[in-house]
Amino acid sequence: MLGSCLRITPQSNIPMSNSQQPLELKQTTLHCRGVWCIQHLAAIEQLQAPFSAQQIEFIDGHDIENLDTAGAWLLYSLQPQAQFIHFKPEHLALIELIKNTPLSLNKSLGKPLFLEKMGRQTIAQIQQFFAFLSFIGEASLSFLYFLLNPQQFRWNALFSNIYAAGVTALPIVGLMAFLMGVVLAYQGGTQLQLYGANLFIVDLVGITLLRELAPLLTAVIVAGRSGSAYTAQIGTMQMTQELDALKTIGIPPMALLVLPKVLALIIVLPLLSAFADILSILGSMLIAKIALDVSAIDFMTRFPEVIGVNHYLIGLGKAPVFAAIIALVGCFRGFQVTGSADSVGQQTTLSVVQAIFLVIVADAIFSMLFNWLGI
Amino acid sequence: MNNIIEIKNLHTCFGNLVIHENLNLAIKQGEILALIGGSGAGKSTLLREMVLLEKPVSGSIWILEQDILNLTDELWLRRHCGVMFQSGALFSSLTVAENIALPLREHTELSEKLIAEIVALKIALVQLPNQTGQLYPSQLSGGMVKRVALARALALDPQIIFLDEPTAGLDPIGAAALDELIINLKQLLGLTIVMVTHDLDSLRQVTDRIAVLADKQVVAVQSFEMLLKFEHQWVQNYFHGVRGKRFR
Repeated sequence: MLGSCLRITPQSNIPMSNSQQPLELKQTTLHCRGVWCIQHLAAIEQLQAPFSAQQIEFIDGHDIENLDTAGAWLLYSLQPQAQFIHFKPEHLALIELIKNTPLSLNKSLGKPLFLEKMGRQTIAQIQQFFAFLSFIGEASLSFLYFLLNPQQFRWNALFSNIYAAGVTALPIVGLMAFLMGVVLAYQGGTQLQLYGANLFIVDLVGITLLRELAPLLTAVIVAGRSGSAYTAQIGTMQMTQELDALKTIGIPPMALLVLPKVLALIIVLPLLSAFADILSILGSMLIAKIALDVSAIDFMTRFPEVIGVNHYLIGLGKAPVFAAIIALVGCFRGFQVTGSADSVGQQTTLSVVQAIFLVIVADAIFSMLFNWLGI
Repeated sequence: MNNIIEIKNLHTCFGNLVIHENLNLAIKQGEILALIGGSGAGKSTLLREMVLLEKPVSGSIWILEQDILNLTDELWLRRHCGVMFQSGALFSSLTVAENIALPLREHTELSEKLIAEIVALKIALVQLPNQTGQLYPSQLSGGMVKRVALARALALDPQIIFLDEPTAGLDPIGAAALDELIINLKQLLGLTIVMVTHDLDSLRQVTDRIAVLADKQVVAVQSFEMLLKFEHQWVQNYFHGVRGKRFR
């Protein structure tokens, strides 16, 4: 057989003859010995460093027992101009193979420079931003089209999305809201108790929960639950060419996948927020009774007196905006998936992180806006 | 010629379904042997058993005079056998160069510089341009994926390479080029190659011998020409069906 190592012995560590080094320089002839196979090359690589600087005219391979491509490469790279003498014909054939293999080494495994990395990332970010803008534009156009032709809209997809993102989210959103109400009432209540202002717990939880916390935390849960699912679903369809198949059948993915999801979430998130409002207030009421001695009747009587309906409406009014952000980011990230399984994971992570981030940014803008408007 | 692989009295079952019964096969050093058989005949199962991805119920498989079913050091087998999967099975999060470097990093203590050089050498050996190394698998064409998978299988200079349908999904030109590459590499590197294939052109061009799996056994191990005349119902259908006609 040619070239490859005959390692039929069970232990592949054929010991090299102890007294002799695998490399020895006599005048201008480098004598090589032993096993030059990939498993043994690490040791040989250590030894060869001093020889590469020396003048070598001949490389003698008479005592090489086994040689494989990696070993042949190491021999050859020692001194490409040298003459290879006394090699076994099969070993020589391998060296010839390496000689004749066009090899242009570039820094393929090297890391890019810091500035290059930064530049690339900046450009990628800018491109992503514009891609997202054009995605929103495309979705808006598609929305406009269905506004004019509602009979063509995929109502089934809308309803199944409402079920998946809304109805099945009720238990987790309800539980979370209830616990949030409990925690807020408990933490705030102990402070109020110091001043004997127990009843003010109603003002505290009413405004914070209805106006801010319930819609925000519902949006966070939905982003984690549905936003990620949207990305994973569309991303996987992208990977398996299902999106391409849809297009060739004549169903635009926008119409089947994106719009129903966005609309479903816009419908569902305010409803979930209202549900969260109710359960979080219930949680607070429970703690008000247990820890602060504020009875349910007192709580209910004071509630409409101090909490204007505007707080409730502002909270609900923010929800559709949050919903649009979550659904659009989720779908957009799905379309950004490129061929690999890794990419699905990355984009799903990005989807949730960016959706939550943008929701909080939007909430901050709302706060400033309402402050400025004085409501 | 030595037998580099010997399979003796192999039994394989999946639940109640018997796949192999008393199967025997010997593969010689330095040959290209193809496994053929109807779908469900257990070709891929046999291949997977030879690389310890599946265990038979009983029997023994000897590779390089080692009983691989009772191996103390499984890594020994991993260093001596390379496997190329049907779909390539390249790691999608790694570049081509990193894919090929992975076995080298796992099994040797070579310097990064030497690993990079060996990777470049393997990429050149499978006749891909050097820049391919920086690409990700999703950026490759079908033929390139196969070549990269072959380069990764060759990374540790194994003596035996297992190929699962190497030319499946390639156009005739790409398939012929891959066939030629396989023959070349076998001659240059002295490889023993075991492959599962259904490509009749490939069978005729590449293989030294063909093992036919039918009736839960290996019914024949012969060259392409000999098999054409072999008296067995399935073999006759296989080679003398519509697609096989042109070889008569």
